[in-house]
Amino acid sequence: MHTLTLAQQVRALAEKQFSSEELVKHYVQRIETYDEKLNSFITFTPERALEQAKQADSRAGDVGLLNGVPIALKDIFCTDGVKTSCASKMLDNFIAPYDATVVTKLNQAGAISLGKTNMDEFAMGSSSESSYYGAVKNPWDTERVPGGSSGGSASALAARLTSASMGTDTGGSIRQPAALCGITGLKPTYGRVSRYGMIAYASSLDQGGPFGITAEDCAYMLQAIAGHDYLDSTSVDRPVPDYIAGLSEPVKGMCIGLPEEFFQQGLDADIAAKIEQACEVLKSLGCEIKSISLPNAKLAIAAYYVLAPAECSSNLSRFDGVRFGYRCENPTGLEDMYCRSRSEGFGDEVKRRIMIGAYALSAGYYDAYYLKAQKIRRLISEDYKAAFSEVDAVLSPTSPTTAFKVNEKSDDPITMYLSDIYTIGVNLAGLPGISLPVGFLQGLPVGMQLVSNYFEEQTLLNLGHQYQKQTDHHLQIPSEFE
Amino acid sequence: MEWEVVIGLEIHVQLNTQSKIFSGAATAYGAQPNTQACAVDLGLPGVLPVLNKDAVAKAAMFGLAVDATINDGSVFDRKNYFYPDLPKGYQISQLAIPIVEHGTLEISLEDGTTKSVGITRAHLEEDAGKSLHEDFDGMTGIDLNRAGTPLIEIVSEPDMSSAKEAVAYMKKIHSIVTYLGICDGNMQEGSFRCDANVSVRRKGDSELGTRTETKNLNSFRFVERAINYEIERQIDVIESGGKVVQETRLYDADDDSTRAMRSKEEANDYRYFPDPDLLPVKLEQGLLEQLQASLPELPDVKQARFMDEYSLNQEDAEQLSSSRAMADYFEQVVAGEKEQAKISANWVLGELSAALNQNGLDISQSPVSAEKLAQLIARIADNTISGKIAKEVFQDMWNSDKSADQVIQEKGLQQISDVGELEAIVDKVIADNPNQVEQYLSGKDKVFGFFVGNVMKATKGKANPKQVNDLLKSKLSK
Repeated sequence: MHTLTLAQQVRALAEKQFSSEELVKHYVQRIETYDEKLNSFITFTPERALEQAKQADSRAGDVGLLNGVPIALKDIFCTDGVKTSCASKMLDNFIAPYDATVVTKLNQAGAISLGKTNMDEFAMGSSSESSYYGAVKNPWDTERVPGGSSGGSASALAARLTSASMGTDTGGSIRQPAALCGITGLKPTYGRVSRYGMIAYASSLDQGGPFGITAEDCAYMLQAIAGHDYLDSTSVDRPVPDYIAGLSEPVKGMCIGLPEEFFQQGLDADIAAKIEQACEVLKSLGCEIKSISLPNAKLAIAAYYVLAPAECSSNLSRFDGVRFGYRCENPTGLEDMYCRSRSEGFGDEVKRRIMIGAYALSAGYYDAYYLKAQKIRRLISEDYKAAFSEVDAVLSPTSPTTAFKVNEKSDDPITMYLSDIYTIGVNLAGLPGISLPVGFLQGLPVGMQLVSNYFEEQTLLNLGHQYQKQTDHHLQIPSEFE
Repeated sequence: MEWEVVIGLEIHVQLNTQSKIFSGAATAYGAQPNTQACAVDLGLPGVLPVLNKDAVAKAAMFGLAVDATINDGSVFDRKNYFYPDLPKGYQISQLAIPIVEHGTLEISLEDGTTKSVGITRAHLEEDAGKSLHEDFDGMTGIDLNRAGTPLIEIVSEPDMSSAKEAVAYMKKIHSIVTYLGICDGNMQEGSFRCDANVSVRRKGDSELGTRTETKNLNSFRFVERAINYEIERQIDVIESGGKVVQETRLYDADDDSTRAMRSKEEANDYRYFPDPDLLPVKLEQGLLEQLQASLPELPDVKQARFMDEYSLNQEDAEQLSSSRAMADYFEQVVAGEKEQAKISANWVLGELSAALNQNGLDISQSPVSAEKLAQLIARIADNTISGKIAKEVFQDMWNSDKSADQVIQEKGLQQISDVGELEAIVDKVIADNPNQVEQYLSGKDKVFGFFVGNVMKATKGKANPKQVNDLLKSKLSK
């Protein structure tokens, strides 16, 4: 059953080839067998899942789009009655008293949550090593990282421990782990999916989105979670198209741009070759490929590492030991309680970013850092706007490297930050992006990123689906987890 | 040495919306701690603010009332600081682009002139919760019921030059927000509170002196006292060779002084930045026109109308129009009988206000309704009772729910207007006091009062004073 895609499972369940209970039991067993190698789950909820599966099986008639299909949620989405830790000691004791809108929507669609997946602490990282619950491993090589920050969701799906999963993407946290784990990952347009109940890292950049084996699976997931939410003022009130119907549209005549800045020196030649092969496939489908320019792309990482920390320094102030979460032992006074609760409750990377952000917002520095970064952000958006006046999608590698070894970069934050060089600009501009598997190097997956204009996720899913009909990289399963 | 005082006020006005500014929780005062705080108010992980449109409308309404600019596209910013009753670790406020800017307000000064005070800005923000230090031995309790209550902070230009002016300004703002019905105005419950920025300089100096900010003044009296204390203190500091330190001070009502809370150096760097969870506030199409049309008659206009329509003097008109409830009450008493306006004003501002003050009641809680007071005044006008007896009747009305007519009837307080009956009494008083008659006739006019007094005594005050006068005059001149 686990070799089927989510879309295939949906059809098989509808045809009663197997029940949701059988399907969920199968995945429960796989998690019990394999997850100790991966550490992809923080909280595993098999009883809850089996209970929901029985309910799904008992539903008749017009059932939800994802009725009976097991999924996994990044441990950043609040789930009523279930621990929601953000992989932090700070929230190790936090049982969310409400469901995130994404969770509510997935429940309404009939999806079944197997549990909460591991991640970089508070979604800050590109390797899923900074978790309080230990590093997540890549199923293609368990000595390597799965990427991050949504590494648990990517790793679990690549090992087929779930049928699909949910991640969040602030600077590449869905696309980069999708690339490193050989699966498909979609970051929707900012405002397409509600952020309510998704623990904030950088509010103006965060966006929830799905991982799937295929682009088609991502279309199913997006169909369930997209839409305006009154509870999120930044979610956009516009109709949700039929993503599934749009998959089979022809892509002939679509124009795809390759930013010259992303294909200059520094790009690994083997990765460049994989991307080139993928371009050939797209050409064979009738797409036109042309070179474009994103002149300010090189400024993206610098701007991001001002804006995201600035927002996080404020977003994470609520973790103060007063109302919930970690509180230090025997505080001697208010200041001691604040200092020690936060020093002891947060990990190094989180503290690093809080300090960078607080500095960037300080009196006397605000203009030089925060405002300057906002200006760069506008320039980057304008670059993409110019690009989309001539192309339908922008293509690049997702990540400059394949999966690196655990601990290889964890002591070198700057090198780690460069992992997101191709993905970060997309968040700054608020655009949708997808990562698709395009092959392997030394047994490790390589990903390709496609970016489209605002609210044109269907273009990405359509291109991805048509590409995947011509290729089978996405169907490969790591041998240890077959 | 002559000194000049420069004062600016920041007034915090709680808007009386049903729910909070960014959540659906109720705003009612006095509930059990933490029973009116939802996930958003608690700052739980993952929650997001949703702006209450009513708060926007009420803030805009204030802007219209002070002839200000209402910004379409005002921006919410985060003011970052740690405090246990501030759940998110930041307060959502407005810094760079507030909803209201550039307003003005006229205040009346004691010498009868008026002065224009600039309103720099009024911005929307959320209130914090409360820290309760008393009830928990060695610990602090947190009540988040108030967290997220909508406020407008109204910042004046430093246009006031005495504590009296500052109080006049504050009273005017209080009267406007209660007129508009956007704030209950209750200062004890903290719905209306004030910080005062005060500095002094030598007369003629062009540079402003160093200012201090005195926090959380929640009564008109405290504002006046705190400012006067601060003026004296600053002058003392400078005259004894010292320098005023820029700092935040706290007023202590117990010993009527202010003390330093934190200096500028210790002041927080609030690291303001635009709140990424909220969009700029777009005013709904037609909102301002709709609000403009719904604005009530404001105090200044009402005062002018009272002077014009009821021929009241400025002082009476101003006092009556200072509160919408009092003005409405007054107009209900008059009820179109314009010739009764002056006596009605005297009763509302005199007897009624005194009784209300004595009992700590608001005019809306008055046991004597406007209709009942109108009847009492009508009985004076139609000579059923004298003004003096009316006060006695009023006391009975205050202490019961009886009407004026009921009290007059039950106690037999009708004036004696029967000429025959009065004449007999007057004759007796004259006959009983031959010495005084002689004095009067020899030119001591003052003795006349003695006769009046004795007639009144004999009638227990029920005689019609005018009749008594007329009768006495004619009898004594014979």
